[in-house]
Amino acid sequence: MDEPLILDDLAVFSGARRLLQLSLTVRPGQVVTVMGPSGSGKSSLLAAITGTLPAGMRATGQVLLGKMNLGALPPERRRIGILFQDDLLFPHLSVGGNLAFGLAQGGSRAERRARVDAALADIGLAGFADRDPATLSGGEKARVALMRTLLSEPCALLLDEPFAKLDQSLRAQVRQLVFDRARGLPVILVTHDPADADAAGGPVVTIGG
Amino acid sequence: MRGRSGTGLLPPVILGLMLLPVAAGLAGTVMPAMGHLPAAGFSGFSLMPFAMLAETPGLGRAVGLSIWTGIAATALSLAITILIAAGWAGTRAFGRLERGLAPLLAVPHAAAAFGLAFLIAPSGWIARLVSPWLTGWTRPPDLLVLADPAGLALIAGLVIKEVPFLMLMLVAALPQANPAQRIRLARSLGYGPVRGWLRGVLPAIYPQIRLPIYAVLAYSMTAIDTALILGPTTPPTLSILILRWTAQPALDYRLVAAAGAMLQLGLVVGALALWRLAEIGYARLMVMRVCAGARGGHGAETALRALGGAVTALVSGILGGGLVTLALWSIAGPWGFPMPLPEALTGVTWARHAAHFGEASLNTAFVALTTTAIALVLALTLIETAPAGQRADRAGWLIYLPLIVPQISFLPGLQTALIGMGLGQGFTPVVMAHLVFVFPYVLLSLADPHAALDPRYDQMARSLRQGAWARLWRVRLPLLLRPMLTAAAVGMSVSVALYLPTLLAGGGRIATLTTEALALAAGGDRRAISVFALVQGAAALVPFVVAALGPAIIWRNRRDLRHG
Repeated sequence: MDEPLILDDLAVFSGARRLLQLSLTVRPGQVVTVMGPSGSGKSSLLAAITGTLPAGMRATGQVLLGKMNLGALPPERRRIGILFQDDLLFPHLSVGGNLAFGLAQGGSRAERRARVDAALADIGLAGFADRDPATLSGGEKARVALMRTLLSEPCALLLDEPFAKLDQSLRAQVRQLVFDRARGLPVILVTHDPADADAAGGPVVTIGG
Repeated sequence: MRGRSGTGLLPPVILGLMLLPVAAGLAGTVMPAMGHLPAAGFSGFSLMPFAMLAETPGLGRAVGLSIWTGIAATALSLAITILIAAGWAGTRAFGRLERGLAPLLAVPHAAAAFGLAFLIAPSGWIARLVSPWLTGWTRPPDLLVLADPAGLALIAGLVIKEVPFLMLMLVAALPQANPAQRIRLARSLGYGPVRGWLRGVLPAIYPQIRLPIYAVLAYSMTAIDTALILGPTTPPTLSILILRWTAQPALDYRLVAAAGAMLQLGLVVGALALWRLAEIGYARLMVMRVCAGARGGHGAETALRALGGAVTALVSGILGGGLVTLALWSIAGPWGFPMPLPEALTGVTWARHAAHFGEASLNTAFVALTTTAIALVLALTLIETAPAGQRADRAGWLIYLPLIVPQISFLPGLQTALIGMGLGQGFTPVVMAHLVFVFPYVLLSLADPHAALDPRYDQMARSLRQGAWARLWRVRLPLLLRPMLTAAAVGMSVSVALYLPTLLAGGGRIATLTTEALALAAGGDRRAISVFALVQGAAALVPFVVAALGPAIIWRNRRDLRHG
């Protein structure tokens, strides 16, 4: 924890074509906004950091968490949380099941259940554990998705336009919640909404275009 | 598991294992066809088997029948399928048809053929319904409706089963062609919907249904169970001749059978080549027609649509009517001609055969469940270990190979090979033989839904620090529950209906519903046949019911998964 996320000359290639190249240090508690037109490789940048680039794409350079090189680690051991445009709550699990899925390993069944209940209360959704995620409102889903990622105890957080699909009235509210909750983590926010960048308050990097 | 090293070898190994029986079976056919069968005291190589084959009386007619019935059934099935789709795709009626396809498809060939036979025979239900008030018949007329020398009844029996199959394949391929948009474009250019579909959508999906069509052609040319029930007898089709030879006790008939099997294979390859040429010719013709830009009249459009509707009603009517006929016979007391309905209904036939079909049902269920479970595991392994970005069903030709090589051309050879390994009878060789046919269908029905799974669920699970097994068991498999159950239902219905593989690999000792129904065919006891054909049909249908109801019950509190 409390290590900066460092992109050291990170370049992403699709076949032989270079999509982007950048170096960046994100301190804990800092939100760096990456902006660029669609097709500029914003999502690919995040996939390179999480280690989930699709077939046919590759990355060069280094991704570091403090001094630890993440390049050699499989995605599930990098401890990089990510939130997408869609909430991607697992449709086969209950709301509580989704949170328990994210909750880091350890603890008895009762302890884990208590932590899930506490997390739900924390985001104003007390008693929602047994609900079907499909019955939640957009704002509620966004809160559950955020909490699920935080419960996995990530060391850095990536945001792939997570507010784009929320309607205007909700957007500011959810955005504030995410930034509040992610305090203490290095955060990279990918967006093409200038209002997101303003709210993030950190440095803005523009790629492509 | 995806992307882990060390699994790259698995796909070729699994594919190899699946193709090995076909290769071994073909080898076991080629050698005796060349006169080499040491077990029977023939060694060295000679053309004697082919010479004996050539001397068979009626061979020419048998060959002609195989080619004619196979090509006619395939062409007719394809034409009907295209006609229905062109006229009705995108309508509500077509949506209902789509949902009804799986149960139609589940009806085994044998049950459908028996139903058709009892419907159209001179003493069949149709004749009874219109006699004597319309026809004047008080006794069954002396007409050769079944087993007619031209094979028309056989063609009809094949068509009613192959239309649902081709339709299912077409429906699966349809979304990739974006039909609604193409039709809108064609109509804005002044083409009617049918013509627009034929010229704008069909060319885009034909390549995707080409292999299923080839499988239908190969199957129709070499069908065993349908031909035993509906086909001509003197002479029969070539595949039935070969089957008779394999059943002969005299060993030199093995050589003739092997030579016949090679001839059968050659005929299928030739017919496939012919079909391919016809495809190319038709494509050229269509390009010329399209360039001519003819829009056609509104009348032709309406007529084609009406014809499509009528044919749909006819095909489903024959299938459904056949099943009703079977049901009536199974509970019929005395039923003299030309009474339209039995004089009394009774459960005595069911009671009499209960023990018999009970045991056959258990065998059928055991083989189907075992085979399907193995096929599911193998197919999932293959799909999951496929290199990222590569589809497991990319090796299309290889997967379809067991469905295209005629059963009668490699199963006798496989039987010989199995006997050589000390596996001449019992459940193990039957399951192995069934796997050859079940695996391709399971793999094909699983590949598309697996590829359609949103990869971000997996990425999300990885970012939540879940390892490979947890992601498989707790994310991908639950999300794939519905398609897995459907794939299992398809696999089980295929297994339930298999006749020749059960008969040959089991050494005639494993009695399934299908082998017992076919064994009864020669006896002509309509009541007993009906009971077995109905139980066979039910055995093929039950898995589809489970596949439909299972997710609805398991996911009753999960709205996004309740409906496919």
